[in-house]
Amino acid sequence: MITLGHYLTLSTALFCIAVAGIFLNRRNVIVLLMALELLLLAVNMNFVAFSRYLGDPAGQVFVFFILTVAAAEAAIGLAILVVLFRNRATIDVDQLDSLKG
Amino acid sequence: MNEFAFGLSLLLPELVVLSGLCVLLLLDLWISPSRRGITHFLALLTLAFAALLTLREFHVPGEVGKAFGGMFLRDAMSDGLKTALYLLTGAVFVYGRGYLAERGLWKGEFYVLVLAALLGMMALTSAGNLLAVYLGLELMALSSYALVAFDRDAPKSSEAAIKYFVLGALASGLMLYGMSMLYGASGSLDLASIRQAALDGSASPELLRLGTVFLIAGIAFKFGAAPFHTWLPDVYQGSPSAITLFVGSLPKVAAFAMAYRLLEGGLSPLLEFWRPILIAIAMLSLSLGNVVALAQSNLKRMLAYSNMLHVGFILIGLSSGTTYGYASAMVYTLFYTVAAAGAFGTIVVLSARGFEAERIEDYRGLARRAPWHAFLMMLLMASLAGFPPLFGFFAKILILKAVIGAELIEVAVFALIFAVVGAFYYLRIVKLMFFDEPAEERIPAPAADPAVRFALSVNALIQLLALFAWGPLLAFSLATFS
Repeated sequence: MITLGHYLTLSTALFCIAVAGIFLNRRNVIVLLMALELLLLAVNMNFVAFSRYLGDPAGQVFVFFILTVAAAEAAIGLAILVVLFRNRATIDVDQLDSLKG
Repeated sequence: MNEFAFGLSLLLPELVVLSGLCVLLLLDLWISPSRRGITHFLALLTLAFAALLTLREFHVPGEVGKAFGGMFLRDAMSDGLKTALYLLTGAVFVYGRGYLAERGLWKGEFYVLVLAALLGMMALTSAGNLLAVYLGLELMALSSYALVAFDRDAPKSSEAAIKYFVLGALASGLMLYGMSMLYGASGSLDLASIRQAALDGSASPELLRLGTVFLIAGIAFKFGAAPFHTWLPDVYQGSPSAITLFVGSLPKVAAFAMAYRLLEGGLSPLLEFWRPILIAIAMLSLSLGNVVALAQSNLKRMLAYSNMLHVGFILIGLSSGTTYGYASAMVYTLFYTVAAAGAFGTIVVLSARGFEAERIEDYRGLARRAPWHAFLMMLLMASLAGFPPLFGFFAKILILKAVIGAELIEVAVFALIFAVVGAFYYLRIVKLMFFDEPAEERIPAPAADPAVRFALSVNALIQLLALFAWGPLLAFSLATFS
């Protein structure tokens, strides 16, 4: 029997993987974008699990909004990434250090 | 059906801004670049029209209009903050025009993106539901990311934009995670229902607290409070000054509204839980931001770190959780956004082709080159430092009074000490402008557009006029939150 607790554990695990992916990754901005998407998916799983558990559809409606916004966010993120690569010829996180002080 | 139509009439200002930005987006494709003044004029007209509609049905304190089943709230706070947002957006357009034109960045998209971000902020100030908070927040954030990358051929702009994007998206993700916890605990996305569930104990307290922690992380990020401030200096320094002017002032108003809606509107029964967290963040901001600001040589970067001093004050005002606390935090937020808009506006106006007035060195002897601008900058810096009888002084007094009223004396003493530290780096600018010899190199004179000069003068002189206006402003804020 799969209970609410199982879903929440899975979503927490996804959430932790995503946050670790953002903070530990020092190589590539694209991996950062993937980790951000994973973070939103963890939230979506939370919402759907709670929604089903509570018998309230509002949570699933929220998920549709999150999916739409995530698409817009990915579009803007990738656009900035293209601009960054054109200007700097690198997407290495470690080399993005010209702004300091 | 009638009820739906009635609800929609509350959203008229939002609808005007939305249609205005859609029209501008299309119109800008047809008009030639030499006639871009039309876009500028229409953007200002949109703001004026939205302001007219907001003021025509200004909701006096105590009167609350609800649309879409409580998802959209219109009350005295939202109407007051929206009026401030229109004025500040208008100032951004007026100051930014010459700066952007000189750098080949004066495009219609600037107006479209700023208006889209404004729409997001308006939705945030009126949000009565977690979904509305999220959508408003994202509309504001996504437009700001694009704005920071506006100068697409500048390596530092794109670097600032990617940092802003990654950390901003992380903050929204954390906030969403918190929202899902609140939803799971209370079974509702409506902030009033969440509050009710927290009051009568039907919501799981552990889940509520977990959600609150994540929400506060998101709020602290939007304010740029420590330890979520790392994006702030890079974004301020990396983006073109006209964009810094926007990113550095208006979002604070939206962040204040969001914090109030979430913490007081949804989570006020947990006051004892979130108060220490806010105070800890505020103290960290006050001590960390201030000290780092002392060592900056770039004015935009210094203002970014000094932002943390002011955010610390706003957060301790919020943390008192009383009517007086919220009212003083709102007055402080308005003071800070106006003063920050003036300070960044001066940077924008003093910049010329091939010269960015962003190093602190560039202000050496400014009083000889441009006495009026130096005077305005002095007013702004002294007000930010909290000198009587300027606006910043009254705003700081109100916050301290609220904190003492909530019996948090240690916090008030701590804040006061760091406000004195803050005075040092602000006054250093004043000293450079008035008492130091100008630099040898030829620095171009500031642009002499009368509209810009007028707007900047009004913006800075508000700091002085507040001597007469802070009483009514406080009375309005107190009535709003009581």
